[in-house]
Amino acid sequence: MAPGLEDRAKAVLGAVAAVPARALEPAMVFLQRVLGMKRLPWVFLAPNLIIIAVFSLLPVLVNVVYSMTGGESLYPTQRHFVGLFNYETLLACDNYLDPSTCTRDLFWRAVRNSMWFVPLQVTIMIGVALATAIALNRRIRARGFFRGIFFFPVMLSPVVVAMTWVWLLQRDGALNGLLAGAGMPAVSWLTEPSRAFKWSIFVTVWAHMGFYMVILLAGLQSIPADLYEAAKMDRASPWRVFTRITLPLLKPVLLVVFILAVIRAVQTFDEIYVLTGGGPGSATKMIVHYIYETGFAVMPRNYGLAAAASLLLGLVLFGFTALQMRLSRGGRDA
Amino acid sequence: MTFRFRGSAIALAIAVSMVGAARAEEIVVQAINTYVGFTVDRFNRENPGDKVHFRLVSYQSILESLPVQLASGRGPDISIVGDWNGLSKYYLDVRPYVDAAYFEREFGVMLPMLRGTDSRPDAINGMSSAITMNGAYVNLTLFRQARVELPPPGATWDDWAAACRKVAKATNTPMAMEVDRSAHRFASIAISYGARLVDARGNFVVDEGLKTAMRKFVGWHRDGTLPMDLWGAVGGATHRDNFQDFMNAKVVLYFGGSWQLERMNKEVGDLFDWAVIDAPCGTSSCALMPGGGAVVGFKHSKAPKLVGRFLAFAAREDVMREQLARGANIPIAATLVRTGVAYPNASERVREALASYTRQVSTNIPPAAYAFQGWRFQRAAMNAMTTRISQVLNNELDIDTAAAFIKKDVDLAVQVTRM
Repeated sequence: MAPGLEDRAKAVLGAVAAVPARALEPAMVFLQRVLGMKRLPWVFLAPNLIIIAVFSLLPVLVNVVYSMTGGESLYPTQRHFVGLFNYETLLACDNYLDPSTCTRDLFWRAVRNSMWFVPLQVTIMIGVALATAIALNRRIRARGFFRGIFFFPVMLSPVVVAMTWVWLLQRDGALNGLLAGAGMPAVSWLTEPSRAFKWSIFVTVWAHMGFYMVILLAGLQSIPADLYEAAKMDRASPWRVFTRITLPLLKPVLLVVFILAVIRAVQTFDEIYVLTGGGPGSATKMIVHYIYETGFAVMPRNYGLAAAASLLLGLVLFGFTALQMRLSRGGRDA
Repeated sequence: MTFRFRGSAIALAIAVSMVGAARAEEIVVQAINTYVGFTVDRFNRENPGDKVHFRLVSYQSILESLPVQLASGRGPDISIVGDWNGLSKYYLDVRPYVDAAYFEREFGVMLPMLRGTDSRPDAINGMSSAITMNGAYVNLTLFRQARVELPPPGATWDDWAAACRKVAKATNTPMAMEVDRSAHRFASIAISYGARLVDARGNFVVDEGLKTAMRKFVGWHRDGTLPMDLWGAVGGATHRDNFQDFMNAKVVLYFGGSWQLERMNKEVGDLFDWAVIDAPCGTSSCALMPGGGAVVGFKHSKAPKLVGRFLAFAAREDVMREQLARGANIPIAATLVRTGVAYPNASERVREALASYTRQVSTNIPPAAYAFQGWRFQRAAMNAMTTRISQVLNNELDIDTAAAFIKKDVDLAVQVTRM
């Protein structure tokens, strides 16, 4: 576009944009006069604040009400106040290391499973995502194709992901079909507790790794290339380059990825629900699965107990978010 | 003049149609089987002034979504329910709109199971044309190939387990027996070993019968008679069946439900010889359990009269006969159990199976099975049994601890409703 033409286009667009601004100006001046400069920003924030209040804060408050009331009614007004009964029921335990001694043993089994699942899944997820991002940040053949392939599972519905793996792993599934073709005996991939747990980790990593890979890839691409060139001139080893340049500069992005991955792992439900239904026994039952079953899958619905469990989970997630805020502030201060 | 006449005629037609529109009522009927849709179509044809909409939903939706819909005062006007008594507080009493004596005569066995504590003692909440039954399917071809005699009617679970193991070994069949991952199936086994499950006051009972059945059941998994794929592989109250194993001749005896007959008819036909045998027995009775869906109307309906009329229509003998024939189902209405139903589209083998089921409905179902099926907290007990038995199979609990947890789970469920 010629410079003169561009200037004219800018002027026209500016004039068009100024029309609504000019039309609103008297109203803004009036509001400013009535409310004062300090209060005026709240007018602009109000729409978002109302949305957050209605769709985030109010449900939390309702959840608190449910957790402190009993009965099977869905309407809070028809429920009876039971105080901390639901929390006491959940937390009553003779020995927290042995869930069988707890009143709600399945809750504690779910807590224990989640405490194993989250660190293992997050560590593997970040490790694999980082390795993949580093590999795909290099100038390799068909780089775009591979980036697409690794990101593809993220676009699939979790139920589709889980069903696909069920078909692969079930007794008559593709994997056992391959083994049979090779003359080997079938393996119970999902009917043995520790195997089912490992497959749950694998499937969730496979499904979500692409998302974190893309974030890390963006982080890698923001690292100035001249730092690597300088390291090359100094004949620094690849490991030294990784630990002294890549990791430190990727730290803020890794922190975001870590927190997101932890929150996601704590909330894991759909893939495992379809893959194993929380079994064998309760080997892959996670906290959100327990909440779902208690509140929606059994009769009568125990909304109070489910609400109490979800608030306890919310407290854990709040802790992680606070940690993220603290760490990210620490990073900025440094 | 002509113009004026035409104008008046149009005005009259609009007025009549508006009056018609104001009087016409609409309701939604929800079911899990398409053959209910044929009944809805027939009702709409015979009652052009009213409109009944049919909605086909999944069984899972009936179990999980319907209770939430009802709790929020929404949902269909009529639906099939699997938890007969658990949702009874939402049921509409259609006694004013139906021939109560006819309902009492034909559905006397099931009406008490639908009545909740908050209904009139003689309320009529719904009905069902069909009943489902737990049933044992046996691959006769495999028995013949193995040259093993079929255990006679009245044979015990142990007899059948031993015979099936022999057949599986001789014919290289992967599995001797399979039982759906459903506490409905397990409850019938438990009752056959003397479990009461529910006492006269409506309390859940953990007794030696239940524990004996649990021991037997776990033992069959441990010795390989039953595979771990169903009860051992999944957690919680998840329902799972592998009926395709029976259709693919991978299992000798399959303990499932009568609704599988339609699939057997369509997908197996004469590929191999099979039969529904008389239910295997425990030490107390044979493993029979009534079940299936009851069709009920709901209090929140804005057209209760139409709900009543539709239920009365669906309960008509000719309508039920047509529906049963379409679905190849077992009748529950007294007249149809007595006189039998013709199944013109079913194969000879399916007809024999249906006759076997119908015979067992009228003679063998133990009272404890009816009591459990109509119990308010049946679903809670079934969830607990499925969950805890799976835990025993995976060495998370022993039988006594599991039985104690089943009791604890059910007691908590009861406590929740009384809060």
